[in-house]
Amino acid sequence: MSSWTWFHRLASPPSFFRLADRLAPWLGWIALALLAYGWINGLFFAPEDYQQKDAYRIIYVHVPAAALSLSLYVGMAVAGFVALVWRMKLAESALIAIAPVGASFTALALVTGMLWGKPMWGAYWVWDARLTSELVLLFLYFGVIGLWQAFEDPRAAARACALLAVVGVINVPIVKYSVDWWNSLHQGSTILKMGKPSITAAMAWPLFASVIGSYLFAGYVILRRLQNELLQREAGTAWVRELMGKSRV
Amino acid sequence: MTKRQKRMAAVVLLLVGLSVAAVLGFTAFSKNMMYFQTPSDIAAGKLPEGARIRLGGLVEKGSVQRGDGLLVNFSVADCEARLPVRYEGILPDLFREGQGIVATGHMDGRTFVADEVLAKHDENYMPPELAEKLVTPDGKHSCEQFKSMGAKA
Amino acid sequence: MGGYGLYVWGSFGCGLAVLAWNALSPRLARRALMRQMTESE
Repeated sequence: MSSWTWFHRLASPPSFFRLADRLAPWLGWIALALLAYGWINGLFFAPEDYQQKDAYRIIYVHVPAAALSLSLYVGMAVAGFVALVWRMKLAESALIAIAPVGASFTALALVTGMLWGKPMWGAYWVWDARLTSELVLLFLYFGVIGLWQAFEDPRAAARACALLAVVGVINVPIVKYSVDWWNSLHQGSTILKMGKPSITAAMAWPLFASVIGSYLFAGYVILRRLQNELLQREAGTAWVRELMGKSRV
Repeated sequence: MTKRQKRMAAVVLLLVGLSVAAVLGFTAFSKNMMYFQTPSDIAAGKLPEGARIRLGGLVEKGSVQRGDGLLVNFSVADCEARLPVRYEGILPDLFREGQGIVATGHMDGRTFVADEVLAKHDENYMPPELAEKLVTPDGKHSCEQFKSMGAKA
Repeated sequence: MGGYGLYVWGSFGCGLAVLAWNALSPRLARRALMRQMTESE
């Protein structure tokens, strides 16, 4: 059992709080650098596309947001699973910390998708499988946030949120593979495509930077939110008092 | 079983059950999940006459004929079949020969009369210089993104 | 932006807004939380 001691130590709120304090600034600054590189190059230096001209540049906002919307949901569902089975408080807090971040990037994916759809497809919105399932994803995030606010008791709330998060994970493969399983107006995946590369290197590097930068940024935000959750939950305990004593000096 | 194992079994069982239900549901309603049908589907005669449908395919090379005002005639093809389309209205910027489109409308005899035309682009991004070098006999766009329902179901 | 400026800049603007909201909201929440906890002591 000794191999689990590091895990228990990590899961204890004060040591996790300190770890997050050390990790978050690194994540934040690297994220900012990558996003700045990706967006500036994507906007001004990447060549224009042969069919979409300059409109394709929306990809540098849309794809990172869409990728995050799915990954964060999976992260939230894993936290939910751990919270349900092991009743681990840190996992409950993680779930609550991820939900608003995931919702914001899902909304961004939908809005930038609309702004891309209008000039290219000719419509802001169509009810095809990809767009509809992504909208369902947004509602799942809203459901988790709403459930959290609806309960008085935080542990009961966390359990309800965890159940919804875990059940809703079925929607994730539907979003991801909707364009392969069914006819849709939305095109297939560009980055994670087998076989020949479907994007030129000069366009792809800023895209990779924006995607990785967004992931690190989300990591930063989630750590900060998680710290707030822990402070709130553990208010009055010795380590929180000690921490506040330090911050007042 | 410990309490923790029971909880894990319950959550996993719930997830497996819902997944099976989702797979069965979506397989049964696969047709309804299709945003559009292809010329092959329509040629196979699976659709009622006069019904409002969406048609997806590539605008055939050399088929676009502009008429009076906004009237335009062209044909839409997938990998196997083609269908003549008549449309009067504003076309999206991406509309051109060889481009994928999705048209909404109904069959009028042998012709598809569209009242809305949307462009469907593929997932390839490259500068124009590179695209010119890549021109293939059948154009730059692949008909493979237009799956026939018969093939899928 | 070849006539697509409104859509492209609009998208990047929305992206920046989401980044800003995400970066600022936990910071403001932390500040409020700290104030609330010192008052209740």
